[in-house]
Amino acid sequence: MVRPLNRKLLRDLWRLKSQVITIALVVASGIGGYIGSLSAHASLAALRDGYYESARFAHVFAPVRRAPRAIVTRLRSLPGVLDLDPSIVAATTITIPGESDLMTGQIVSLPRDPDSGMNRVVLARGRWVEPDDDSGVLISQSFARARGIQPGQRLSVLMNGRQQAVTVRGIALSPAYIFAASQGGFADDTRFGVLWMPENRLASAYDLKGAFNLLSLRLGAHGDERSIITAVDKALANYGAAGAYARKDQLSHKMLTQEIEEQRVFGTVLPSVFLAVAIFLLHVLLSRHIATERTQIAALKAMGYGNGTIGAHYFAFTSVTVLFGVVLGVAVGYFFGRWMTGLYARVFSFPDFHFAIVGWVGASAVLLAVVSGVVATFSAVRAVMRLPAAEAMRPPAAPHFHRTFLDRLRLGALLPAPARMVVREIERRPLRTSLTTLGIASSAAIIIAGTWWGDAFAELVDSELFRRDRADVLLALNEPKAIGAFAEIRRLPGVLMAEAARTVPVRLRHGATEYRSALLGLDPDARLRRVQDAQGRDLPLTNGSLVINDRLARVLGVRVGDRIEVEPIEGTRRATHLVISAESGDLMGMYGYVTRRDAARLVGEGDTFNFARVRVDAAQDAHFFEAVRNTPGIAAAGDKRRMVANFRATSQHNLLMFATILSVFATCIAVGVVYNSARITLAEQSWELATLRVMGFTRAEVSWTLLGQLLVQMLIALPIGFLIGHALAAFILDLISSEEFRIPLVVDGGTYALAGTVMLAAGVATSLIVRRRIDQLDLIGVLKTRD
Amino acid sequence: MSGSPVFSAQGLTKVYQAGEVTVQALRGVTFDVGAGEFVVMLGPSGSGKSTLLNILGGLDVPTSGSVRWRDHDLSHASEKELTRYRREHVGFVFQFYNLIPSLTARENVELVTDLVPNPMTPEDALNIVGLSARLDHFPAQLSGGEQQRVAIARALAKRPECLLCDEPTGALDIETGRLVLEALARANEELATTTIVITHNATISAMAHRVLKLADGRLAASEVNSHRLTPAELQW
Repeated sequence: MVRPLNRKLLRDLWRLKSQVITIALVVASGIGGYIGSLSAHASLAALRDGYYESARFAHVFAPVRRAPRAIVTRLRSLPGVLDLDPSIVAATTITIPGESDLMTGQIVSLPRDPDSGMNRVVLARGRWVEPDDDSGVLISQSFARARGIQPGQRLSVLMNGRQQAVTVRGIALSPAYIFAASQGGFADDTRFGVLWMPENRLASAYDLKGAFNLLSLRLGAHGDERSIITAVDKALANYGAAGAYARKDQLSHKMLTQEIEEQRVFGTVLPSVFLAVAIFLLHVLLSRHIATERTQIAALKAMGYGNGTIGAHYFAFTSVTVLFGVVLGVAVGYFFGRWMTGLYARVFSFPDFHFAIVGWVGASAVLLAVVSGVVATFSAVRAVMRLPAAEAMRPPAAPHFHRTFLDRLRLGALLPAPARMVVREIERRPLRTSLTTLGIASSAAIIIAGTWWGDAFAELVDSELFRRDRADVLLALNEPKAIGAFAEIRRLPGVLMAEAARTVPVRLRHGATEYRSALLGLDPDARLRRVQDAQGRDLPLTNGSLVINDRLARVLGVRVGDRIEVEPIEGTRRATHLVISAESGDLMGMYGYVTRRDAARLVGEGDTFNFARVRVDAAQDAHFFEAVRNTPGIAAAGDKRRMVANFRATSQHNLLMFATILSVFATCIAVGVVYNSARITLAEQSWELATLRVMGFTRAEVSWTLLGQLLVQMLIALPIGFLIGHALAAFILDLISSEEFRIPLVVDGGTYALAGTVMLAAGVATSLIVRRRIDQLDLIGVLKTRD
Repeated sequence: MSGSPVFSAQGLTKVYQAGEVTVQALRGVTFDVGAGEFVVMLGPSGSGKSTLLNILGGLDVPTSGSVRWRDHDLSHASEKELTRYRREHVGFVFQFYNLIPSLTARENVELVTDLVPNPMTPEDALNIVGLSARLDHFPAQLSGGEQQRVAIARALAKRPECLLCDEPTGALDIETGRLVLEALARANEELATTTIVITHNATISAMAHRVLKLADGRLAASEVNSHRLTPAELQW
């Protein structure tokens, strides 16, 4: 390019610096969000995969009641199986001396050699537990951190009905418990811990010497998961096999993968909106910039500058702006992505932490920004090239106005003249008005789309843990007991109400479709656990009826009235056929419901129970848990009230951080759109506004004619933004929906209020800046020149 | 001079800093303008007449000297006081009309009738300048002369005590210019509005009560017309 044009470029950029900066900020927000989210997604996936590989995380898990180790050798010959690892796991309750809280957990066996076996445990702190250590344990890092447990601390754990004192030797991590939670879904690091102890100790406590109750398998590249699962189930059928499952159904893996996938969705949907707004802003700024330079362009053409040179000059203007945004965006993306990866790495207890901007993400972001810039500039530059030099020398024709919609309705006369100016300016440029409105609307939408899930999760918790499940504590027994023993539960101190349940793991089949699930056997008059349809209406349970979750029904391809095959994965294992009597609308889990009697009968038992739901007098909590701890038949107890409180606290903290970041991004957009729109309007109307000032209008009155346009656009934009936000939320929901739970599409008034407040604050801030410009209008110049 | 002075300027000077150059626009100008007087300020470009008009109109303040509008001291007035002065007492007519393109003729006039307590109706004001038939036209639908007459109607509608006109015929041909000057003369006679017109067109001075000639920032001459011509009699 020619050197004087370069100089002009630099000076133009400097003169329009505030507009250039606001556009660059919008580009940076889009690029930053894109790079940050997608790199965090890629980094987390890489962290997960690397960790899985180095820790030899299993591909298939086969839980059994008790199988002899000898069978492992037989299974080794199964085609496609690379390696097998028998181990022992047991549910437990954990007591920290001096604390009344009841915590649940899992005890997992440690191999003799720390470097052998699968699902390898990595020591984060402290020391390993030697095979002959008769009280030492390792404890999961997230639980240790949440509870402030240090190596050397003594705990008490329930092992096969007996309290045993253990000493923490080290803090450890395992790929099987990246997402540490009891079966039920909500991670609660303060109330769920994993303990590892030498296999021989666990074997003697649970009478599993020479035996195992969990077989982990790693498959070769060509191993067929499905046929191996069938073969393993068959081989272990006589040992109380609970049904083998693949890695994709492993709880920790499933939750982790879901979270990582959500990053990808957020990382693509929201930044797309940012970039679309940036394209619009660049387009408007450049069109306006070129419009004011008509005579200069004509002069350049008259001097002999070619269309290409002049076009390149304006392309360069956009490129510098976009590039500025890209550089800023890469920096923002790096820190945003690092922060998010760190946040997840901490929540999920990865052994190491590594974040890098993924090459293709960075490259595609830059490409995306450049293409956006070209798209934004294209029509404006083409207009320059088409402009005949002679025409360009003349100022553009006087703008034409016409009677507006309001005038035709005879409402125009009711407005003061400045208000009519506002309305006609808005009507005269319908495209720009709509685009500006759309720009403001999209920033409101981004805030809503980024923060609504707080409302949705609140509804999820409320629906699943309060309306459908009204118990305070869920007690799990070691094994099913005759209902006569339930009186013992009722007699526990502080129990206000108690209900028995018999839960049976099952395989449900319909045609070729099979799904591993569980039947929850409840008493027909159960009040603490309700079976409800999607509208929250109670569904009756009678002997012989089967209610299944509606998502489960979709997976199986069945409807009310259809018969499905139900095969229990414990007890008799005799499959029967049941007719679906209704569909339940639970948001989490995919279960079926039958009466407790039917559930027991299915596994060949009489009147039994293996779970109890209890309401507890809060004043007697300590006594209650003390008694639970001393009741040998109770394997685990989950305190729902504390879990929910803890879940709310952590999710609220994370939500607040996320909402803050998104609000900053959205504010950039809002300020970018509003400020640019105001500056351009001011530039176009400064002559009229100064005329009004000369005629005796005060600064405030003149400001209103300009800011009134903004205000009107803002007021139109907000409800549109709310609608787009709601639609975006529904779109994101569709992309992240999983089998495991259905997130309800709930957006609270508070979320709309937040979006509205941020937008209005951006509007007020912009108005104050623009107001200063209005105060500096050149009144004397107005008397002299027409341009 | 007809009546007691409404404007009184004493030793006005104005120094501008235009980039790196210091411009002395006024170098001690002293004069009075009486109520109802029609004054033409004549001078070549750079003579200081625009600066003087800006100061009289409350758009600018002198570097030294004093200027009074009746009992208001314009030379030391605040921004707020100047805005009020313009709003209540002054009507401006610009060389390039400065109509608001998004408002019709009637609405452009309404702009000012909304501002003051006792205005004419927009229809009356437009009638004075002979535009009763063009009330609902937008500026883009009017000729240059018509636009300037709307501008005069707009200035007159608030019944200002003084009308300040900056080259009101500068952008117009003879015939149209004459129509505009007739409108100004009529307002001066019928409404007794003190009128100051700045121009470099010497012909126009023949219709004034008094002509102030400016040259190089100084008042070179003040001539009273013993025989005023009507706009129809002007030739240029």
